[in-house]
Amino acid sequence: MPDYFEIARHFSTEERAVRDSVRAFCTARALPIIGDHFEAGTFPKELIPEIAALGILGANLNGYGCAGVSDIAYGLAMQELERADSALRSFASVQGSLVMYPIHAFGSEEQKKKFLPELANGKIIGCFGLTEPDFGSNPSGMRASAREDGDSYVLNGTKRWITNGNLANLAIIWAKIGGVEGEVRGFLVPTDSRGFEARRINKKLSLRASDTSELVLEDVRIPKSLVLPNVRGMKGPLACLTSARFGIAWGVIGAASACFDSALDYAKHRVQFGGKPIAAHQLVQAKFAEILTQITASQVMVLEASRLKREGLLRPQQVSMIKRHNARTALDTARTCRDILGGNGITLDYPVMRHMCNLETVSTYEGTHDIHTLVLGQDVTGIAAFG
Amino acid sequence: MKILVPIKRVADPDNANKLKISSDAKVDTTGLEWKPNPFDEYAVETALRLTENGANTKARVGEVVVVMFGPKEAESTLRAALATGADRAIRIDANDADLDGDVVAQGLKAIVDKEKPDLVLLGKQTVDSDSNQVAQLVAEYLGWPQATFAATIRSEGDKALHVGREVDGGTLHLKVTLPAVVSVDLRIVAPKSVRSAHTAEGHAYPDGVRFAALMAIMAAKKKPLVEEKLSDLVPGATRKIEYTSFALPPARAAGIKVKSVQELVQKLKAEAKVL
Ligand SMILES: Cc1cc2nc3c(=O)[nH]c(=O)nc-3n(C[C@H](O)[C@H](O)[C@H](O)COP(=O)(O)OP(=O)(O)OC[C@H]3O[C@@H](n4cnc5c(N)ncnc54)[C@H](O)[C@@H]3O)c2cc1C
Repeated sequence: MPDYFEIARHFSTEERAVRDSVRAFCTARALPIIGDHFEAGTFPKELIPEIAALGILGANLNGYGCAGVSDIAYGLAMQELERADSALRSFASVQGSLVMYPIHAFGSEEQKKKFLPELANGKIIGCFGLTEPDFGSNPSGMRASAREDGDSYVLNGTKRWITNGNLANLAIIWAKIGGVEGEVRGFLVPTDSRGFEARRINKKLSLRASDTSELVLEDVRIPKSLVLPNVRGMKGPLACLTSARFGIAWGVIGAASACFDSALDYAKHRVQFGGKPIAAHQLVQAKFAEILTQITASQVMVLEASRLKREGLLRPQQVSMIKRHNARTALDTARTCRDILGGNGITLDYPVMRHMCNLETVSTYEGTHDIHTLVLGQDVTGIAAFG
Repeated sequence: MKILVPIKRVADPDNANKLKISSDAKVDTTGLEWKPNPFDEYAVETALRLTENGANTKARVGEVVVVMFGPKEAESTLRAALATGADRAIRIDANDADLDGDVVAQGLKAIVDKEKPDLVLLGKQTVDSDSNQVAQLVAEYLGWPQATFAATIRSEGDKALHVGREVDGGTLHLKVTLPAVVSVDLRIVAPKSVRSAHTAEGHAYPDGVRFAALMAIMAAKKKPLVEEKLSDLVPGATRKIEYTSFALPPARAAGIKVKSVQELVQKLKAEAKVL
């Protein structure tokens, strides 16, 4: 994938080193096995120790055993994971942005010391339970509840579509204290608690190499020390999502690049009609011109977003824009490349359709394309159009 | 054991189409992405394996010093080696255009005289010029024993190395007494190819070179990296090899279709002369 606007010129030595190291890891360890895991519908657990040893989990957090790299370096790590498969990036996004980040940002000192080092080194796997069967795009309507009882909270509810749900030792469950109109709080729930059950969601055609589960909580009792003390209301989960969406916007460039490279190579070698490769035909070239432009726009956007983030100026709406644009670009790229590969494009011998299927999820989770459309619409008009 | 590992950066083969060559055979390197020469990465990995016990890859028994000839921006390649575990780095300031295998070998001799390593460990060749000269030349200049194309290395008490070299039809085993010069081939990074004096028998590494952890990449910023001048090390160094021209391999001629097995056999005999 050409770096058409040479954004790599703006990366530091360390940022390039992070990119190269994660790419080398994925090429050597993930790519040879990921197609089989996708087909079997299994998460490549065998990669967890090495991903953790590389320091990818929560890499942009400081202290508590985290690497403390820049946002660009973190983004590049996500890009390289997703170049292999969106399931790997999803695993890292959930662990880093949706589990470690809220503990780091909103947890007590005791919670940080207890959980962060082990989440960073992969001894504890986390999951993030926000979505419910009846509340996806509108999570604030959630029904999960927490009832105070002496020194504990008692949790009830069902969470659905939870990445890492069956792998996890620790689930961050967002639930309301005091009824449907109550206040949303984050609870750190050990998954071996009595009354907690994770049920695998099968028959997925997307993110097949990722573990997706339904979590059922029936009178799960946890000590009060396991509630996140420093955030109340939807601010908590939304801050997590903003952090994860930033990583997704970087990550999907990896999936798009993998498709681009595969299709370009194929088009240069596949000969039809009179001895010319299909890359010599204008219709095929038009496809490459389009996806090249869109991927380049994605790259420039994440670079600028990272610079704003470093200065503390990045707004959630801007993150909505890059998540929306880049996930859609990656999905369109994958579909276009699938087409260029003809019949071969539908197999697991090439990475393209695997990415295409995965990106359907990436376009939907962490705020669907259209929900981000409404976020941007509200931002420019001042009028909310969700309800 | 103290090991000196020279490393070179090479143009990333994935971006090789950006390489421009002028009519007077000068290579224009602007805008290229660089990668460490793969054989040099294997040499760094080998040096790390020789200076640890296998179980703890963070504690060095001895020292690994990486050295490179090149301009300031090439330092990122040295930092990457520091991030995988090398202890310190030396950059000998030079333009790529002023270097050939002999200049590099002379420069390395000067560095060895200062640093006094027990072992100079190199990749067998670089994948850009494929010269395969530096190990042999530097061994000659130092008057040290050499073993080239090592596929296996076992340290005998850090006093001598048992080196397995793959040759046509088998493996040649030889023992070199330290100090020595050894160049490595690609199979040196197989799980059991290298055994240090401190590694338990049977220890198996993951296949290939190790990956730099993100923390190690950050920590490598603080590891020592010193600069030397080529003109101080090798006064009046001039390259002996000049490139006069580069040419692409001839385009492959179109194939032909044969109608029958008989015709194929006949053509293989009469035209291709392979039967
Ligand atoms: C593989 C996978 C992994 C996931 N992992 C997690 C996880 O780890 N944790 C977690 O909490 N959640 C997770 N999710 C859930 C994900 O975030 C939700 O699926 C997403 O928010 C959409 O919710 P929904 O599926 O209920 O769709 P809905 O909200 O029902 O949306 C359906 C459609 O309606 C549209 N729509 C909804 N409201 C409006 C409106 N007001 N105006 C216009 N259009 C609208 C949407 O854009 C969409 O096209 C995951 C999902 C998947 C598929």
